[in-house]
Amino acid sequence: MRGETDRYKTFSRRAFLLAGGKLALFTAILGRLYHLQILEAERYATLAEDNRINLRLLPPQRGRIVDRFGEPLALNRQNYRVTLVAEKAGNARAVLDALAQIVPITDHERAKILRELERSRRFIPVTVRENLNWTEVATIEVNAPDLPGVATDVGRSRFYPHGEHLSHLIGYVGAVSESDQARDDDPLLELPNFPVGKDGVERQHDQTLRGSAGASEVEVNAVGRIIRELSREEGEQGREVRLTIDLPVQRMAYERFGEESGAVVVMDVLTGEVLALASMPGYDPNAFAEGLSDEKWRALLADGKHPLVNKAIAGQYAPGSTFKMMVALAALESGLVDASQRVHCSGSYEFGDGTFHCWKREGHGSVEMETAIRQSCDVYFYETARRIGIDRIAAMAKKFGMGRPTAIPLSGEKPGLMPSREWKREALGQVWHQGETLIAGIGQGYVLATPLQLALMTARLANGGRAVVPRLVRFPLDEDPEPARAGADLHISPDALALVVRGMEGVVNGPGGTANGVRLADPNLQFGGKTGTSQVRRITEKERERGVKKNEELPWRQRDHALFVGFGPIDEPRYAVAVVVEHGGGGARVAAPIARDVLKLVMERDPSRKQHVIAQVSEG
Amino acid sequence: MQREVFIDSGGLGPASLGWPEKLWHFNWLVVVLLVAIATIGFAMLYSAAGGNFEPWAIRQMGRFAMGLAILAFAGVVDIRVWYRLAYPLYALALCLLVAVAVAGSGAMGAQRWLSFGFFQIQPSELMKVALVLALARHFHGVGVDEVGRPSRLLIPLGLVLMPCVLVMRQPDLGTAVMLLLATAMVAFMAGVRLWMYGAALGLFALSAPVAWEFMHEYQKKRIHTFLDPNSDPLGSGYHILQSKIALGSGGLFGQGFMEGTQSQLNFLPEKQTDFVFTMFAEEFGLAGGLVLIVLYGLLIAQGLSIALKSRNHFGRLLAMGVTTLLFLYVFINMAMVMGLVPVVGVPLPLVSYGGTAMLTLMFSFGLLMSVSVHRDVRMGRGMG
Repeated sequence: MRGETDRYKTFSRRAFLLAGGKLALFTAILGRLYHLQILEAERYATLAEDNRINLRLLPPQRGRIVDRFGEPLALNRQNYRVTLVAEKAGNARAVLDALAQIVPITDHERAKILRELERSRRFIPVTVRENLNWTEVATIEVNAPDLPGVATDVGRSRFYPHGEHLSHLIGYVGAVSESDQARDDDPLLELPNFPVGKDGVERQHDQTLRGSAGASEVEVNAVGRIIRELSREEGEQGREVRLTIDLPVQRMAYERFGEESGAVVVMDVLTGEVLALASMPGYDPNAFAEGLSDEKWRALLADGKHPLVNKAIAGQYAPGSTFKMMVALAALESGLVDASQRVHCSGSYEFGDGTFHCWKREGHGSVEMETAIRQSCDVYFYETARRIGIDRIAAMAKKFGMGRPTAIPLSGEKPGLMPSREWKREALGQVWHQGETLIAGIGQGYVLATPLQLALMTARLANGGRAVVPRLVRFPLDEDPEPARAGADLHISPDALALVVRGMEGVVNGPGGTANGVRLADPNLQFGGKTGTSQVRRITEKERERGVKKNEELPWRQRDHALFVGFGPIDEPRYAVAVVVEHGGGGARVAAPIARDVLKLVMERDPSRKQHVIAQVSEG
Repeated sequence: MQREVFIDSGGLGPASLGWPEKLWHFNWLVVVLLVAIATIGFAMLYSAAGGNFEPWAIRQMGRFAMGLAILAFAGVVDIRVWYRLAYPLYALALCLLVAVAVAGSGAMGAQRWLSFGFFQIQPSELMKVALVLALARHFHGVGVDEVGRPSRLLIPLGLVLMPCVLVMRQPDLGTAVMLLLATAMVAFMAGVRLWMYGAALGLFALSAPVAWEFMHEYQKKRIHTFLDPNSDPLGSGYHILQSKIALGSGGLFGQGFMEGTQSQLNFLPEKQTDFVFTMFAEEFGLAGGLVLIVLYGLLIAQGLSIALKSRNHFGRLLAMGVTTLLFLYVFINMAMVMGLVPVVGVPLPLVSYGGTAMLTLMFSFGLLMSVSVHRDVRMGRGMG
């Protein structure tokens, strides 16, 4: 039995050893547990919260854009859409087939939806189709038992009730792009399909319209399914932006253009408020908000009339005769020219080795300044420009807003061009020729202006020489002190201004005025203005000998631009208008009637005038 | 050649009693500990199902009841019967393992289950007990002077390597490791020289690169993940990381029964099986973990006490063997969920949901009970 005793001794010794080892390992386990649960508890508790709590952004509703009287120009429309939840659908393909009987689903869309279903978690609704009409929604609801996992819900989408009338001005919204995200670190931009302004007012006032994000803290499980909401903080809805635009005026200006291409700007001469800013042709911003097809996009790009360009601020045209007021004012203010001095117009003007023609081949005879403006005598302005030089003209035109952006709060504004000796030396590295002064004297050559600049120039002429600035947004009065609106005094002598304004009144109402045909008989609606016809091609001597081709004989691209700037009413000017009809032909014949109709409407809608009429009616 | 012969104690000990008296002589403290631990298991399975007895807790209770019956049966059966059945049981388990390799069905990419119509068994779990039985039987017959000879180790090596190869093929790394460790510890009890362990370790170190080559991709990945769980937090490191987060958020007293956010919100994977301890420690904290470990510790201490009281070597080795099995289960499982060892798929005994593991464990405690009841039985080395 010795072996047995030894064996027991060995066994018991080793059993205790082993038990000790086990005890040590259990102690190690406890130590580790202590480490995890006590020493590092805080760290893991934070990680646990991160796991469990998911912060969800609540997108705010985008603010509306309205016109000066509160008429909505951009709003949010309910958008019915149909979604599919994979885990409820069972066989997603079969359900899609059934759904396709009610709403059209193209093969391409179908493939996209199936891909989306595969990628998303099984309880996440995948949008099948948006912008359903009411019949489709109703049909889906009625057939709900046969469409497992299919649900309709209401989202919001941007809607522009006046479509192309305000397309360039309002712009449109679209999905966030990478460049948007780079510019802006608002967490809202991380949301899929969150709308941001891409153009026009939508872009310029995006921050105001957007509002701020709300947040909802939700408890989620490991696969992201929401268990419950822990807290909710409502964000701030986007604020409404009220524009200075008067919708009926804008709409009328747009429609009055018909098939023509060009721009109209109407401005309040006392406040700078822009009542209409239309560019023709427009496009349908709703198509952009919904997502434009490649085809439509290419068609818009290829259109020769450039529907995507806002010509009111980005179209640069030679102002032609509408520029003559600047030359006249520069001449009077220079002291080198007297208003009564006469220039003889024989129909052309010899200078250097060139001949400069007047639009009237037989000539105007002997004219002084007021008549020259009224009848738009080119020879008078060749001579006047030559006497005072380009730099005086440029200085005056710049005071009236030419040659630099007007700072209207819209993106894409072009500065136009007001040439001077210095400009030519710096920009082209060439010496200024006096012949170029003559050409600039009738608003041709290097001179370029946008329709907005022309309207601004006219406004500053009509308001007695005050530097109003164009404004597009109406703020509450307390945020906007009156003096800022009126604009700084440009220090033009009142006599000089009065003479130029009289000349413009004569253009419409005086004898031999170039726009006599558009005169309005009602004394309350009388207006002044200036026609302009700017050449887009060079007329050679040979052609002049044969007889200048009429615009109608030329291809559209080579026809003259027709311009008209005007203001009214005459006795107390309140509104300025600028009309540019691209390749429209003569300013008097094409642009002036449009300007007349627009001015007539805006004067008729003048609130003070309306009160006046009501007073008359009640007296009667 | 005179051999030591088996001497009956002559009706003085409980071994000669009838089964009701044997039941009376059970170590009831062991049974109480088992019930206590299993009850914790039921509570956790109830919590894992979000406050439902379905689908886990109710079945686990049924199995535990069946396990108690098996324990009672195995406890009253004479130790000598188990001695005689040791090799046949081992052979049966080995056959089942072969069968599973040929015709088993898989779960999670592993072929571990054998289906018998209405119930399924996991032969690798059976093998753990069968191997301990067979090893105890073998070493019972080896004298203290012979056990030092390397040639005497050939049989136990064969006994452990055959099932090891089979379970590795399933592939089930956890069981293979447990089989090897259990064998090593039973052999240690039997008196195998320590230098042999050194030699075995050296051999293992040499063969490790070869073994690495033969490992499944997912097994390699688990070892990778173990070494650096943060490298792929949403992939294979997810389990360990989420488990540690759940443990850490438990704190000293836990988040309360059914209040463990990580487990209740499903961040914790396999919370009803391998990661049940994590859930327990999240809901009951360090205090709860301590209680559970102490319960297991007491159970192991009882095993040691039973082993030391036994008058036959087979019983001693068997008692230490099954106790060691329990220890290995508990230690590997807990170390695994705490990120101390790779995730190898070892359940927490009596707590994790799982049928075969529960029943084999109860059977092994039945064997322990048999050792306890028949502690005075003397058995000769050549018996059989």
